Amino acid sequence: MTTRDLSVRIGSLSLKNPVIAASGCFGYGLEYAKSLDIARLGAVVSKGLFMKPREGHPPPRIVETPSGMLNAIGLQGIGVHRFVAEKLPELRRLGVTTIVNVCGTTIDEYCEVSRVLSDADGVAALELNISCPNIKEGGIQFGCSLTGTYDVVSAVRKATSLPIIPKLTPNVTDVASFARASEEGGADAISLVNTFLAMAIDVETRRPKLSNGMGGLSGPAIRPIAVRMVYECHQAVKLPIIGMGGIGSVEDVLEFMIAGAAAVQIGTAAFVDPFIWDKLTAGLSSYMERHNLARVTDITGSLRTDA
Amino acid sequence: MAIDVLAEILTNRALSADYNVVEFAAPELARLAQPGQFVMVKTSPGGDPLLRRPYSIFEILRDANGRPSGLSILNKYVGAGSALIYAATPGHRLSLLGPLGTPWPAAEPGPARGSAPAEHWMVAGGVGLAPFVTLAETLAAAKRKTTLFYGGRSAGDLYFAGLFGDLGVDVILTTEDGSRGERGRVTAPLDRALADRGPTAVTLYACGPTPMMRAVAALGAAHHCRTFVSLEQVMGCGMGGCYSCVVRVDDGHDPHFVRSCLEGPVFDASRIVWDALVH
Repeated sequence: MTTRDLSVRIGSLSLKNPVIAASGCFGYGLEYAKSLDIARLGAVVSKGLFMKPREGHPPPRIVETPSGMLNAIGLQGIGVHRFVAEKLPELRRLGVTTIVNVCGTTIDEYCEVSRVLSDADGVAALELNISCPNIKEGGIQFGCSLTGTYDVVSAVRKATSLPIIPKLTPNVTDVASFARASEEGGADAISLVNTFLAMAIDVETRRPKLSNGMGGLSGPAIRPIAVRMVYECHQAVKLPIIGMGGIGSVEDVLEFMIAGAAAVQIGTAAFVDPFIWDKLTAGLSSYMERHNLARVTDITGSLRTDA
Repeated sequence: MAIDVLAEILTNRALSADYNVVEFAAPELARLAQPGQFVMVKTSPGGDPLLRRPYSIFEILRDANGRPSGLSILNKYVGAGSALIYAATPGHRLSLLGPLGTPWPAAEPGPARGSAPAEHWMVAGGVGLAPFVTLAETLAAAKRKTTLFYGGRSAGDLYFAGLFGDLGVDVILTTEDGSRGERGRVTAPLDRALADRGPTAVTLYACGPTPMMRAVAALGAAHHCRTFVSLEQVMGCGMGGCYSCVVRVDDGHDPHFVRSCLEGPVFDASRIVWDALVH
């Protein structure tokens, strides 16, 4: 078997393979380091970080739904300074490609968190969280407004030389226009989709099943919508796209890549199988062999629409 | 360290219309497991239900030579996942992820000789019996004097009292309807025993419905007994990735949420902010 090249470039960011652990779904990565070699992942995206620690919402924070789950964790996190002091050195020592998910309640906070991470050693890129549906202030307020998206991205662009990857929400009418706003703001790539704002109700108590009332829907239930959105964004911008939304098998990875994703993130499926990474990369190699592809990048955007 | 094994179902023993015990062949997991730890069980090979379910490791199975060969789980049929475990078919395989979580403290290297508490009292309600077989075995091996206070709604909720008796555990049963043992709640004989124990130092371990554990924690505090509880929270991953299973703790400074899959399921009861716990 000839060597299959699984490496991808996302702007100036080099990944050994296109399979990434999604933010909020893999802790800070180190939780898994005793059980698997997390440096084998294409990258790990940290939990979302603000300047200060956040305690998140009271439980219940998740509820399972058909082929999916709702979450309203509320961005519980240790804050950027503790991350840099307590997590980053170990991630660096392990050789992990670390992308940090950057949060803010104001544009200034996004910039400040980004500056702190730019000054630290071992951060490969910044994913801008302008799409979390579970917090009241900041985040999705920017991600649901074209000017808000442009303003956050362009401000962070001035604050850091690290690659910046706005993470887009699907809770908008035309996601492609947000991809364009990100491109105009100076993003190096975009990632999509974050979760779909959703709700589940206990009919006996007539109360929401989540303490926060509403939450974000993830898992296989959202996959076809996410594939469509990745495809629309691929048509709209030249930026590399990191696709996600219910990916749980190599077929799912391929579907997103053929639709236009340069890389993918795995979230909910890694809750079920924390050892999924090598299975997906092995599946990609096997597909490349069957289709006689030397580079995984040959798959990206290879959708055929001819008769 | 956690491993994921596709474990063959050896037996499925129904205890009642809603309780059963499933035995799995899983030697490596059984070797790694410590008392009080849990496994995340993929209750269906497909995608429905999507997420795994947490189960305490009930018994460690051993082969003819005494080597760990597998484990069992005690299941109560309450929803879609536990319904599949109730109907599990021997010969089929299910994925078990584990062992996970912080074990009972008795499983850790003990304190210096002579300073160990004199007695160990376990308090179980219903399916909350699950993490106590492994603890009782450890305490029996260490020749500690051990008692199980075990309560249920009726006689049909109480199983395996004989198993604990065989390990040398004194067993005190209660049922709310009086159909077996003392009528009333399990905390009533516990309260009396604590009041009557004299100078004997006692460590309490509780698992069961939240109000029961809270009551045991209050008794433990009132009687100056170190008290540990094994909490059951809704879990997404069991590995610390999702932050779903949090429990509010207060260590004397800012109360905060910690992940029960990593810091628990066993907690020092004095840390728990009970009002914040979901029943």
